[in-house]
Amino acid sequence: MKPCILQVRRILSLWLLVAWLPAGMAMALAIGQPLEFGSTAQQRQYDTLVRELRCTVCQSETIHESNAELAADMRRRVYDMTRAGHDAEAIVEFLVQRYGDYVRYRPPLQANTALLWASPFLLLLGGGLIWWRIVAGRRRMVQCPVFNARERDMLDRFCHGDDTGRPR
Amino acid sequence: MKLRMLITLAAASALLGLLFVGLGLNSRDLPSPLVGKPAPPFTLESLEDAERLLTEQDFIGEVTLVNVWATWCSTCRAEKPLLMELARGGIPIHAFNYRDERDAALRYLSVSDNPYRTIAYDPKGDAGIDWGVYATPETYVLDAEGVIRYKRIGPLTRQLLLDEVLPLIEQLRAETLRAEQHASEARRLAQS
Repeated sequence: MKPCILQVRRILSLWLLVAWLPAGMAMALAIGQPLEFGSTAQQRQYDTLVRELRCTVCQSETIHESNAELAADMRRRVYDMTRAGHDAEAIVEFLVQRYGDYVRYRPPLQANTALLWASPFLLLLGGGLIWWRIVAGRRRMVQCPVFNARERDMLDRFCHGDDTGRPR
Repeated sequence: MKLRMLITLAAASALLGLLFVGLGLNSRDLPSPLVGKPAPPFTLESLEDAERLLTEQDFIGEVTLVNVWATWCSTCRAEKPLLMELARGGIPIHAFNYRDERDAALRYLSVSDNPYRTIAYDPKGDAGIDWGVYATPETYVLDAEGVIRYKRIGPLTRQLLLDEVLPLIEQLRAETLRAEQHASEARRLAQS
């Protein structure tokens, strides 16, 4: 009998959830749930923010994409704070204070992220150096070719009209 | 030629070294910015009594643990015997009942041990965000002033307790005792 009651309860709670979703505020925000904003600026701020904040449970997703409950809570916080008139910076700061810099998908430039920000340029520099060395090496070879005996022999034959390349 | 091979070898071993270090890191071990900060304020109903409102002040006063748990979290269930041991050993444990149902939580506690002094009921995870909760279970150590001194994401283990938590609690208790002695001495001096 008990499982049956449980099932009824589950269906009931599911129904309650669906019925209450439009009320919005009381529940965590589902993905793609239509939201009302005071202005388009607020809407834009919310849309940008949820794509810039990392879900700390599913670390490869933004809170915009994540199905985790924590992400839903965070979406609701961002929504509530946006409606309350907080600007984007304040909201990000609020979450950073609680979850650390890790929540930002766009890390700030500071001492412990300097290497992260510099790495593309360092890689480019390293690649450039290698490329330059290879090119310079080739140029040196063209200007001052070094041949071994066999190559000299082949060159000699080419110069004298024998283009088969076969040894005599 | 030899130099080039050496460079390649060095670069390859550096990469392998990075990989090896990366293997040892747990990506869930994130530093909490809350360590060293005062316990974030909250106002929540008590789990046992919806009429009674709890705030962070109910968690503060002595060196305590604050545990975040839920009945749907099996790791929390597995962790509880350890909390029971701590509670029996005289370490006060407060708790957030996180994103849970009151009935389920009360039933669970009524049929098993209850290591908690006070339990704040947080069905929507409101305090959870303020306390920077990632996933249950989580455990904080608060000093007597209510400053978060330690945070563990995930279950406590006996090894962790022995290595980190219990020594910290001991140290914090000693600090509190010293501070109290200083205060009473200062009072005595002021009176004389």
